[in-house]
Amino acid sequence: MEDTIAAIATAYGEGGIGIVRVSGPKTFEILEQVFVPAGDGISNRKMTYGYIEDREKEQKIDEVLCVFMKAPHTYTREDVAEINCHGSMVALRKTLELVLRKGARLAEPGEFTKRAFLNGRLDLSQAEAVIDMIKAKTDKTFDVALEQLDGQLSQKVINIRQLLLDLLVNLTVNIDYPDEDIEELTYEDLEIQISQISDMVEKLLATADTGKIIREGLKVAIIGKPNVGKSSLMNELLRETRAIVTEIPGTTRDTIEEIISIRNIPIRLTDTAGIRETEDKIEKIGIEKSKKSFNEADLIIFVMDSSRDISDEDREIIQYIGGRRAIVLINKIDLGRTWKREDIEELLPNSSVLETSLLEKTGIEEIEEVILDMVYGGKVKQNESLMVTNVRHKDLLERAKSSLEDARNMTLGREALDFIEIDIKNAYESLGEIIGETVSDDIINEVFSRFCLGK
Amino acid sequence: MARFLMGEYDVIVVGAGHAGCEAALASARMGKKTLILSINLEAVAMMACNPSIGGTGKGHLVREIDALGGEMGINIDKTFIQSKMLNTAKGPAVHSLRAQADKNRYHEEMKKTLEEQENLDLKQGEVVDLIIEDGKACGVVLKTNSVYRSKAVILATGTFLKGKIFIGESVFDSGPNGLAPSVELGDNLRKYGLPMRRFKTGTPARALGKSLDYTKMTEQPGDEKIVPFSFLNDDLKKNQISCWLTYTNEETHTVIRKNFHRSALFGGQIEGVGPRYCPSIEDKVNRFADKKRHQLFIEPEGLTTDEMYIQGMSSSLPEDVQEQFYKTIPGLENLKIVRPAYAIEYDCIDPLDLKLNLENRSIENLFCAGQFNGSSGYEEAAAQGLMAGINAVLKIDKKNPFILDRSEAYIGVLIDDLVTKGTNEPYRIMTSRAEYRLVLRQDNADLRLTERSYGLGLASKSRYERFLQKKKIVELEKDRLTKKMVSPEEINPLLEELGSTPVKNKISLMELMKRPQVTYESLKKIDDSRPELSDHARAQLEVQIKYEGYISKQEQQIKRFKKLEDKKLDSSFDYDKVDGLRIEARQKLNQFKPISLGQASRISGVSPADINVLLIHLEKMRRKKS
Repeated sequence: MEDTIAAIATAYGEGGIGIVRVSGPKTFEILEQVFVPAGDGISNRKMTYGYIEDREKEQKIDEVLCVFMKAPHTYTREDVAEINCHGSMVALRKTLELVLRKGARLAEPGEFTKRAFLNGRLDLSQAEAVIDMIKAKTDKTFDVALEQLDGQLSQKVINIRQLLLDLLVNLTVNIDYPDEDIEELTYEDLEIQISQISDMVEKLLATADTGKIIREGLKVAIIGKPNVGKSSLMNELLRETRAIVTEIPGTTRDTIEEIISIRNIPIRLTDTAGIRETEDKIEKIGIEKSKKSFNEADLIIFVMDSSRDISDEDREIIQYIGGRRAIVLINKIDLGRTWKREDIEELLPNSSVLETSLLEKTGIEEIEEVILDMVYGGKVKQNESLMVTNVRHKDLLERAKSSLEDARNMTLGREALDFIEIDIKNAYESLGEIIGETVSDDIINEVFSRFCLGK
Repeated sequence: MARFLMGEYDVIVVGAGHAGCEAALASARMGKKTLILSINLEAVAMMACNPSIGGTGKGHLVREIDALGGEMGINIDKTFIQSKMLNTAKGPAVHSLRAQADKNRYHEEMKKTLEEQENLDLKQGEVVDLIIEDGKACGVVLKTNSVYRSKAVILATGTFLKGKIFIGESVFDSGPNGLAPSVELGDNLRKYGLPMRRFKTGTPARALGKSLDYTKMTEQPGDEKIVPFSFLNDDLKKNQISCWLTYTNEETHTVIRKNFHRSALFGGQIEGVGPRYCPSIEDKVNRFADKKRHQLFIEPEGLTTDEMYIQGMSSSLPEDVQEQFYKTIPGLENLKIVRPAYAIEYDCIDPLDLKLNLENRSIENLFCAGQFNGSSGYEEAAAQGLMAGINAVLKIDKKNPFILDRSEAYIGVLIDDLVTKGTNEPYRIMTSRAEYRLVLRQDNADLRLTERSYGLGLASKSRYERFLQKKKIVELEKDRLTKKMVSPEEINPLLEELGSTPVKNKISLMELMKRPQVTYESLKKIDDSRPELSDHARAQLEVQIKYEGYISKQEQQIKRFKKLEDKKLDSSFDYDKVDGLRIEARQKLNQFKPISLGQASRISGVSPADINVLLIHLEKMRRKKS
C-alpha cells in the first residue's frame, strides 16, 4: 500500500489560518494520536473542534478545527484529513512535525495531485491544470488552470473525438461491406465533415499562443546600444530599482529577468547587455546571453536615443530584428531629436514606434497598451473562455490538425478511403493523448517530469 | 462398460471440419504423431453453409493460413469453380479474394490430403469424453469405449456439439446437414466446469438449378485474370461458372412478416445468439423494415450437382413458408427446394476462458479452435485450427507459444479479439477489425509470415525458398526502377497518353510509378530491359511503391502500438499490489493475467486510466531496479 503523506497545504507565511493536510491509509490512525476532540470524537466529513496535542511531551500545540474525509470521495481518493490551525508558522510547523513523527511522510511538491491523478480522480489534463494552478503567477493563469481543472478542455476534446469516431465508423462501414447496397459515403460529405472538425481543432489551437503567454509569461527582450535607457525602462516597468543604472556604457553585463504583470498577463522582461562586439570577456558572455534571449523573445523592445544620430550599432540591431515583432522606443525626446520617427518606421515595418522620455516618465502607459495589443493580437479578448496553456496539449493539437489536413488533401485527391482513415485515426489518437484516453507511453515522460515521482 | 486403450498419440484433434483439418495437418507436419477424429468421415472439410471461400477479411485469413503453410488456400485452388477479387475499386488494404468452391471436391481433396499426410491418422468415431489427469488433458474416450491417449487434445467440434436444428416449429437434435450431433461430450465439458454457452447460425435452402429462370437475374461472372489463393500457385486457368444476382421484393417481405410467429427465432425456442453480420432473411426484414429489397446471390454448389445455394436468404421459417417466400423472387417462381433452410444451435465455449495460444485456462494441454470458440465461418475456423495445431506442438516441446499480434496478421486480430475481448455472438472477421490493415494486406501475407512459419518447422523448404526468391526479385526490381532514368522526350508521349502531367527533367521509373495514373504495366513500352515477374511479385511491387508514404505512416502507428505490446506482464504479477487501480480492473487483471500491457488495455473493464496507472507503476519498478 502507499504510505501516508502530509504537508502544509496553505501558502508559506503568516495568515489567518493555515492547513495541514494528510492523505493515505494511516490518516485516521495518525489523527487519533495527535488530535483531541473537544466533543464526541471524529466522524466522517464533520468539522470537529479540538486540540492538537503532543502526548509524549504533554504539550498542547494549537487549537484547531479538524475534518476527516473517508476514501474514496476525497481529492486523492484516499483517506484525507485537514487540520485547520491558527496561521502562525510555528503552530503549523509543529503540527506537521507531530504528524510526521506519528508515521506520515512529508509530501513532495504536487504529490497530492499526483495521487488524485493516479487514483483516477483527475484525468491527465486536469492534473496538469492543478500543477499550473499551484505555480500560477497571476490571476489570469489561475483562471485558465481552473477552467481546465473543471474539465473544460477535456470536454472540448471529448466532443471533437466523438465526431471523429462517428466519421471513422462511417468510413469503416463503407470499406467493409462491398457486396451490400449501403449508402455510400461521398467524398464531398467527407470533405465537409473533415473541414468542420479541423476548424474546431484550429479554434482550440488558436488559443494556444495566448495560452502559453498566460502560463509562461510573455517573453519580452529589451535591446539597444549602451546608455539609451534600457535599464531605466525596465525599472520604470518594474517600478523599483533592480537593475543598476549608470551612465557608463556596458554596466548591465548580464541579462536580468523580471516578471511583471500587466493587467494580469505575466510579462517576463529581459534586459540585455546589447549586442555590440566586444573584447571584454565578461561582457562577451553577456552579449551571447543577450542574443539568446533576443532569439527566444516573443516580443522585442528596441530602445533608441533620439538625441544621438542613428549609429552603426543601431543599424546592426535593426538588421537583427528584421521582420520580427518589435516595439521601438525613441527615448530621450526631452533632449531633442536628431532624426525623424518616419526614418525608423521605414526600416522596421512590422514594429510599433513610440516616443518616450523615461526621465520625464512620459509615454510609459502607451508601452503597456502596445504590449497588451500584441499579446491579444487585437483578436483574443482577455476574458474569453478556455485557453490551451500546456505545451504538450498544443503539440498534440497541432499533430491532430496536421493529420486532418492530410486527410482533407487525400479526400480532395479522391484517394482510397483506407488512406484517409489512417489520418483520421491519427487525429483521433493525438486528441486522445491530451486527456489520457489514448494510452501512449509518452505519458511516462510527462508524468515523471511534471510530478515529482522520485526514483 | 470397460474402456480399452486403442492407441497413443502426441496430439488428438476432435472434429475434422475446417479447424480440425488445419490443426491436424499442422501438428503432423511439425512431426507429431497425430490422430484426427470425426463423427462421420463425410463431414471432413464439409462446407455446411455457403459454397465459397474468402471474401472481405476472410480472404486475408486464407492468404495468411497459406503463408504459414496451412492447407485451405491450396485446397480451394484445386477445387474452385469461380474466382473474384473483391473491392478492386477501393484501396489495396481491402482487396479481398473470394472463390466459389465445388463443395464435394473440396471435401474429397482435403480428405485425400489428410489420408496421405505422414504422421497423421484419420478415423471415424464420436468422442464422448476427455481424459483429464492432474488438470491436464491427456486423451479422449469414444462412444465405442475406445480410449486414445495423447499429450495434447484439440477441440474443434464446430456446430456438432449438442447441435439442435430448427425449421419452423420443428425442432430436433442434429448436427449440420442432417449428420448426428455430439451430445455426451457437450454434457461432459459442462461437467468439467468449462464456461459453455449456446450460439446459433443458419443456412439457406438449396434449390434445383434447372427449376430457376436465370434470364430474370443478373449474371455474376468470375474474373478474367485469376489470382490464386496459394502463394505456391502462379497461373491458374480454368473455365469458370457464373453466379446470379436477384432481389427480394415487398411481396417476399409480406409473406415473411405474416409468418413471423411461426419462426423458431421469434417464437423463443432458440436460446442461442445468432450472428449480427450474417442475419437470416426474417431478421433482415424485421430489423430493416424500411428497406424495400434485399439482394441475394444464386451460387452453384459444384460441378457434379445441380444444387444451387441461395446466398443471403438463410431462414428458420417452416418449409411451407420457405417455399412461399422464395417463390416471390424473380427467377425463383418455379423453384424446387432440394434441402430446406434451417437454423442450428450448438454448444461453444466462452473464448475468454482461453489463452492467446488457444489453450484452455483451466485444463492444461486442452486446445480449442473454430466455431467451438464462438467464431463463425470456415476461414476463421481454419485460422484458429492452424494456430491451435502449432501451439499444441510447441507446448508439447516446451517451447514458447506462437502468438501473432494485431499488427502482424488478421489471425492475430481474430484470436486477440476472441480471447481478450470475448464475443457475444458468432464472431466474423472483417477488415475493419484490423487497426493496421494497410500493412496487413492479402498480397503480402507471405512476406509477413512465411519466414516465421519456416522457423517453426511448418512451412516447407520449397515454400520458404519461393518466398525468399520473390522477396529478392521485388527488391532487385525496386532497385532497378530507382536507378533507371528516362528523359522527357522518352516518357512525355506516354504520360500524355495516360493523362499524367509531362515532366521537364529526367525522372526515375520509380518516381513515375508513384503517380496514380501510371502502373508498372503501362511503363512496359519504354522499359524494354525489365525482367519477367510473377503475378505475386508484380502485385507486391506495385503496392509497395505506390503506397509507400501511407504504409510508412501506418508503420509509425504500429511502432506506437508495439510499445505497449512489448511491455510484458508476468503471469505472477499481483495487481492487488498496484495502488490506484480500480477494483473492477484489479479483479479482471488478476483473473485474466494478460501477457502485455497492450493486451491488458483491451480487456473489457480495464480503462485507459488503469493502463496509465500500470504504465507508471512499471516505470517506477524499472527505475527502482536500475
